[in-house]
Amino acid sequence: MSRQINIVRSSAVPLNIENVDTDQIIPARFLKATSREGFGKNLFRDWRFENDDDNRPKPGFRLNDPTYGGKILVAAKNFGCGSSREHAAWAIKDAGFDVVVSSFFADIFKNNSLNNFLLPVTVGEKFLQTVFNAIETDPKTELEVDLPSQTIRLVGPGYEHSEAEKFEISDYKKTCLLNGYDDIDYLLSVKDDIQRYETERAI
Amino acid sequence: MGKTLFDKIWEKHVVRTIDGGPSVLYIDKHFIHEVTSPQAFAGLDKRGIRVLRPEQVVATADHNVPTIDQHLPIREELSRLQVDRLKKNCSEHGIELYGLGHPYQGIVHVIGPELGITQPGMTIVCGDSHTSTHGAFGNIAFGIGTSEVEMVLATQCLMQTRPKLMRINIDGTLNAGVVSKDIVLYILAKITASGATGYAVEFAGSAIRALSMEARMTICNMSIEMGARCGMIAPDETTIEYMKGRKFAPTGDAWIEKLKYWKELYSDKDVVFDKEIEIRAEEIEPMITYGTNPGMGVGVTGHVPNLSEIEEKEKPSFEKSLAYMGLQPGVNIRGKKVDYVFIGSCTNSRIEDLRMVASFVKGKHKANDVEVWVVPGSKQVEKQAIEEGIDKVFEAAGFMLRQPGCSACLGMNEDKIPAGKYCISTSNRNFEGRQGPNARTFLASPLTAALAAITGKVGDVREYYKNRELLIAGQEN
Repeated sequence: MSRQINIVRSSAVPLNIENVDTDQIIPARFLKATSREGFGKNLFRDWRFENDDDNRPKPGFRLNDPTYGGKILVAAKNFGCGSSREHAAWAIKDAGFDVVVSSFFADIFKNNSLNNFLLPVTVGEKFLQTVFNAIETDPKTELEVDLPSQTIRLVGPGYEHSEAEKFEISDYKKTCLLNGYDDIDYLLSVKDDIQRYETERAI
Repeated sequence: MGKTLFDKIWEKHVVRTIDGGPSVLYIDKHFIHEVTSPQAFAGLDKRGIRVLRPEQVVATADHNVPTIDQHLPIREELSRLQVDRLKKNCSEHGIELYGLGHPYQGIVHVIGPELGITQPGMTIVCGDSHTSTHGAFGNIAFGIGTSEVEMVLATQCLMQTRPKLMRINIDGTLNAGVVSKDIVLYILAKITASGATGYAVEFAGSAIRALSMEARMTICNMSIEMGARCGMIAPDETTIEYMKGRKFAPTGDAWIEKLKYWKELYSDKDVVFDKEIEIRAEEIEPMITYGTNPGMGVGVTGHVPNLSEIEEKEKPSFEKSLAYMGLQPGVNIRGKKVDYVFIGSCTNSRIEDLRMVASFVKGKHKANDVEVWVVPGSKQVEKQAIEEGIDKVFEAAGFMLRQPGCSACLGMNEDKIPAGKYCISTSNRNFEGRQGPNARTFLASPLTAALAAITGKVGDVREYYKNRELLIAGQEN
């Protein structure tokens, strides 16, 4: 699993449903594991499969459709709302995605994704619709997500002149993702400051 | 210019700030539970580091525990392993654990306040989104992911960006039969399940001031359902009265010292919020949800929106939601039959909730074809309920009083609502499959849930308050 993100070019899987909560991404009954691995097989469990005793994939659900694939998940507004379970980010990453695109992410999910080198890319509604339409027209359509320049655009034949959309990310987080650092690395490096804060506060 | 309640606490806890980036925020209290902590401890082991301040961490087992026969070993193997792992991690790192069998065990957001661990002016985190509950005491309290649990265990700090600030003012007097759960479901219906994303929300106004601490917790609990980073209410006399004499509340000089700090915790008069919303308490009716996110709610006398009331772009999600719920656009919710009633969760499982339900059902019996589960929030709530004879009221009404835990709120243990069945629930989420695969959830207040338990259908509890005789008339099947 990649701990660094730079430029991701790939086709994408569309999931045009609003308010997708983390209970859908990974239902609670699959949170009993004590390791971080293996959650991908139960990603969107109840939308992908008939039931727990029946592993037949539900037809019509985009993640079951071999027409769609790639390292980018394109989702609708308010993706990742609800429970703080980081297992949701683990499941998406474990299923092979490096980027999630949406017009709006829930707060905790966004942090969890960044902490797992799964890049949440927030784009405007208009751009999001353009991407959904492009994938509907041709499922092989590719997107290029360029973290250094903080841009995302449609690429490939027909999109030579397509406009890139800028996305926001703090310089700090960008550095983390480009280099594979995490917040704990940073926090441990400022341990003296933390202890000084504790001492001064106690006085 | 003055400062907001949020900024007064935030500024006191910033260790340092990265230019143009997040701040290092110091965390006073860290609650952990069995489900979101094992990978964090494994991360510490991998890095070869220890918990920095074990005395600032409190653990309990709640999400994945059975709510019957808690004295027996947990039957389900994976659940047992997870609870055992918590025990092992706590003992290795010197962390206080209120596990199964302990008199303080219970839902993490119920035990923190009732033990006085939760105090005004703190920063509090837990690997659980409903950590916002603790904000009722005037705290910055929010849910975090497991990587962040690891950060706090390792350094007692988190990397955080200051959110925008919103204030929701609720002024006026609530109608009889309308309670704090209705306030928060009403706000949700108004601003949607993403209406406060990116904001810390302060709840204020005379209707909020009039609420008990437990009622305030219900509101802050569900601020995450609006997407808020946290919800908070300025501490006042009600808060201070509640704190007095709690197990871990400060005493003596420490109490006097803390009081000074607590009394500074309010938003100054001249502050400006990024967003402000005004609500009249009188316009709020008993609420019920019809859809699959907590923002999809209406008054009990209302109806499911018609397709014409929904924006074109939102129609597919709306229709998917109604298909799941087995409801048609435009239908009334009132009169809708329910199969299960769940009274519990970190939203509504405190002693006041149980008292409210008991006072309503006393002398009545549940409808024949309804199953009613009452799951107290903690061992202490359970004990209090038994001391007050509430258990007898429930027994006589045909309700099942179970043992403390998160239970059917998230259906992680065996307490699941069967596929296709309707459950009126005092919990916080009506997501697809939340209470069990294909289970259908109506979120409501403990009173509205109690009424449904007696009549077997969704009704308007205000009618019972208009006519006290009806309230004590006994069974009405």
